[in-house]
Amino acid sequence: MAETSTEFAEYAHPEKLVSTAWVAEHIGDEDVVVLESNEDTLLYSTGHIPGAVKIDWHTELNDPVTRDFVGPEAFAELLGSKGIGPDTTVVFYGDKSNWWAAYALWVFTLYGHRDTRLMNGGRDKWIAEGRETTREVPSVTPVDYPVTDRDDTTDRAAREDVLAALGSTPLIDVRSPKEYTGETTHMDGYPQEGTLRGGHIPTAASVPWAKAANEDGTFKSRAELEAIYRDEAGLGETDKVIAYCRIGERSSHTWFVLKHLLGYEDVRNYDGSWTEWGNAVRVPIVMGDEPGQAPQR
Amino acid sequence: MTENTALPTALAEIVDDFTAVPDPEKLELLLEFSDELPELPARYDGHEEEMEQVVECQSPLFLAVEIEGEPAGGQSVMRLFITAPPEAPTTRGFASVLSQGLDGLTAAEILGVPDDIPNRLGLAQALTPLRLRGMSAMLGRIKRNVRDLTAEG
Repeated sequence: MAETSTEFAEYAHPEKLVSTAWVAEHIGDEDVVVLESNEDTLLYSTGHIPGAVKIDWHTELNDPVTRDFVGPEAFAELLGSKGIGPDTTVVFYGDKSNWWAAYALWVFTLYGHRDTRLMNGGRDKWIAEGRETTREVPSVTPVDYPVTDRDDTTDRAAREDVLAALGSTPLIDVRSPKEYTGETTHMDGYPQEGTLRGGHIPTAASVPWAKAANEDGTFKSRAELEAIYRDEAGLGETDKVIAYCRIGERSSHTWFVLKHLLGYEDVRNYDGSWTEWGNAVRVPIVMGDEPGQAPQR
Repeated sequence: MTENTALPTALAEIVDDFTAVPDPEKLELLLEFSDELPELPARYDGHEEEMEQVVECQSPLFLAVEIEGEPAGGQSVMRLFITAPPEAPTTRGFASVLSQGLDGLTAAEILGVPDDIPNRLGLAQALTPLRLRGMSAMLGRIKRNVRDLTAEG
């Protein structure tokens, strides 16, 4: 296993974060692969960290037919094609404070890849520091990656899990305040997406994902994060949390914070999120600022 | 390709270029367009507030449509000015396709462009539906501006 950064010791699992300087030093290591995962999937081609390999969440991680991730064989083939073996340290980074990097990391987690890390601050920080970028795509020597089953229960929640958890497991809604109240169905500046209902899942606390990030895209300190999630959102000492957003990408960022930076034991990302819940028939919804009550059973 | 016969020449050629290459190269082509998006003229550069923001795009995109010469009508020549940041190459690429395909055409020609142009580029597999809707919105706003500028009376 590649060595870890020491500067993140305050977090629950400091080995899950690396700095831009760490990446600059280790990107050539034999047991390290750096993957760039962006919302704008063309961005990698405009210039990326030298040696970094592109992963496309839309064409490579999503199944082209079913609304789900690719199956075990396709996933194994994908990783092998990027030069990733089962013991490789995979470092993710990307645009938008690492939303899509966290999303890719989360999918790798479902498949049980052990050593996954985020580059703190993502693509913007690398560029802001004036570090080198290139348009040159590295040549990758494919390796064999074993076919492993995806675990859809430990870190992932389905709609049925969320329904069953209402009233017992705290929910965090990481969308923007207007999406939470039901005024809109997407962030400001984005097209409204075809969701039939606006609002939030009953009992969910509103903590927009960006609260966890500093201006430069890095994560806030442990103490700041504790104040936001443990105190303000009222998670306290719970051992279970479910996070959701619109399609599961912003909530991957929050999943990472809760699980790896704050150390909550059982954190699941509901990736169906609002595009499923807001279109589903006969599920309870709350509009407005208040979390609302779980329905009586 | 017969289905493109109704398109203005420049746009038809762009559509042909996209449909002629396999999917991964379509993205490379879109990147080339992104790189080629013309700079704004001085009167707009740094004055995006003078332009219209296309909020349906996932990234900041500003648009201005002008009429060249008089009188205003279907035969008026239209000029397009679009800007999007380098951090948004997909949006820039779409803007550049529309700019290269439509700038300098007459109002009637632009209004006659079919609304499903984004789908005709064959990018539905490579990009998300949300992205393609952003490009449709861009085309829709260009047409609305053309219509407003050349309306009778």
